[in-house]
Amino acid sequence: MTEELAPREVYGRTLVELGRENPDIVVLDADLKPSTMTRYFEKEFPERFFEVGIAEQNMIGIASGLAASGKIPFASTFAVFAPGRCFDQIRVSVAQAKLNVKIVVTHAGVTVGEDGASHQALEDLALMCSLPGFTVIVPADGIETAQAIRAVAAHNGPCYVRLCRPRLPVIFDSVYRFQIGKAVEMRSGTNATVIACGVLVASALEAAEQLARDGVSCRVLNMPTLKPIDEAAIVKAAAETGAIVTAEEHQEAGGLGSIVSRITASRQPVPMEFVAIKDVFGQSGKPAELLERYGLTAKDIALAVRETIKRKA
Amino acid sequence: MLSDSYHPLIETPGDKASVFSSGDDLKEVAKRLRRDIITMIGKAGSGHPGGSLSAVEIITTLYFRIMRFKPADPDWKDRDRFILSKGHAAPVLYAVLTECGYFPRSELSTLRQLDSHLQGHADRTVTHGVEMSSGSLGQGLSFAVGCALAGRLNSQDYRVYALLSDGECDEGQTWEAAMSAANFKVDNLTAIVDKNRIQLSGFTKDIMDLDPMNRKWAAFGWRVFEVDGHSFEELFDAFGKARKVKGKPAVIIAHTVKGKGVSFMENNVDFHGKAPSAEQVEQALKELA
Repeated sequence: MTEELAPREVYGRTLVELGRENPDIVVLDADLKPSTMTRYFEKEFPERFFEVGIAEQNMIGIASGLAASGKIPFASTFAVFAPGRCFDQIRVSVAQAKLNVKIVVTHAGVTVGEDGASHQALEDLALMCSLPGFTVIVPADGIETAQAIRAVAAHNGPCYVRLCRPRLPVIFDSVYRFQIGKAVEMRSGTNATVIACGVLVASALEAAEQLARDGVSCRVLNMPTLKPIDEAAIVKAAAETGAIVTAEEHQEAGGLGSIVSRITASRQPVPMEFVAIKDVFGQSGKPAELLERYGLTAKDIALAVRETIKRKA
Repeated sequence: MLSDSYHPLIETPGDKASVFSSGDDLKEVAKRLRRDIITMIGKAGSGHPGGSLSAVEIITTLYFRIMRFKPADPDWKDRDRFILSKGHAAPVLYAVLTECGYFPRSELSTLRQLDSHLQGHADRTVTHGVEMSSGSLGQGLSFAVGCALAGRLNSQDYRVYALLSDGECDEGQTWEAAMSAANFKVDNLTAIVDKNRIQLSGFTKDIMDLDPMNRKWAAFGWRVFEVDGHSFEELFDAFGKARKVKGKPAVIIAHTVKGKGVSFMENNVDFHGKAPSAEQVEQALKELA
């Protein structure tokens, strides 16, 4: 049976480790610490933990003040609330001010499940990737989450890390080394490339496996960093496989697919398909049901790959 | 009365000693700042004179009698922090910073020009001495709370001063920040509300009535002082009392006149965000001679 880890659980534990290593690490939360798992940090370092209540705008502002005074603040809430409730604060008080604030959000996407549309962030990556100087990361499993959290702590500059609610299958082994801005080839292939992030990386691997049974050789790129994007890996995939499918748990507009197609359009145009949310809001349901309803499964990815290959010149 | 014996806690007396000597005539400094504000906004052809002029005595008192800082070392870790939350009043901050020696006075004439260090709204990334980027109202007090918490965590004894406009108290974030400062028992923070009673499109009482402002801040857990915001004596006294408040933050509600010092700008909504014409600059400078 495949091992599973909840990325937000890994986040909470990693924060504690970082807190032990660096006294400048501080953590803020907006009344969601049992869900974002920052409660572990609070328990061990109560004096370095700031519960701001249900006030995300203030949380971001306090984090920026802490950062300007030499601290390394991690501010956490659900992805719908940051950037949703505090985009201008992130824009002016963090991005424009070039401050070293780490925003780590959980419960992104439809895999939130039963809480429904208001709680399913599907626009956050578009917002965050629009901000100059921000690093935007979507880890694909627990192993990558731990490393991404360590990487953003070590990186000097504003960062956004997007985590999901459910447990995810572990797809990396312990020798894996995450690097900001680097894509990871998870599977080699020659007929097409699936570029995926977050929850859909495991689905992309499953799709490639299905396609292989029919003789279709599909490369899978994990693209954990949406900004700065690994342009070289995208251009290489486009040149070598001639067809690209992107897969993400986000609106089609403004997310991974938009970013990748911007690169291919200007540097290496190829047929593309986009596995993403098609301009609708989510709803209540089980995560697996929702992924199926909105076309975000391995089957959907495999279908998109076949369609893209048909369009190759 | 201003105490002649009081001296701001400048740790390097050799650093701009003449500027910081307690013998400075603050009224003359204030007049220079007003002339600089009018001149630079007039030259720029756009900007916000009203809310800059109303804050002149507040800023002069802070920079010449209250705060400790080193213009030659803007990032000095133990400096007192001044956060201009009402970022549109950047000209008054630029005027005092040049008066203190953060950058040459000649830069004032570049206000709002392409590639200038003096942006239309305060920008910490390009101007020496500007602690925080602002311009989107309501964000400065949260930032100030963060600075104050960091000082407490680090056992540093710096104080944080945040200047808010009364209009920006419309913003919910101001009250989120106010609530949290009291909740965290932050007592190294003093907020100042420049209560000039006018916001962009009219009098605050007509746009969104903020009164009773003193009771609002008190209800949020702050120690409240109310002063004539153009009286150096009252401001100096209030800053001293605010420094002594323990276990809670302090706010000074400074009653001011928008456009103070220039007859045709005083209490005139039109000069919230409009530059004076060349003739108006001339007349204003005559009044401020």
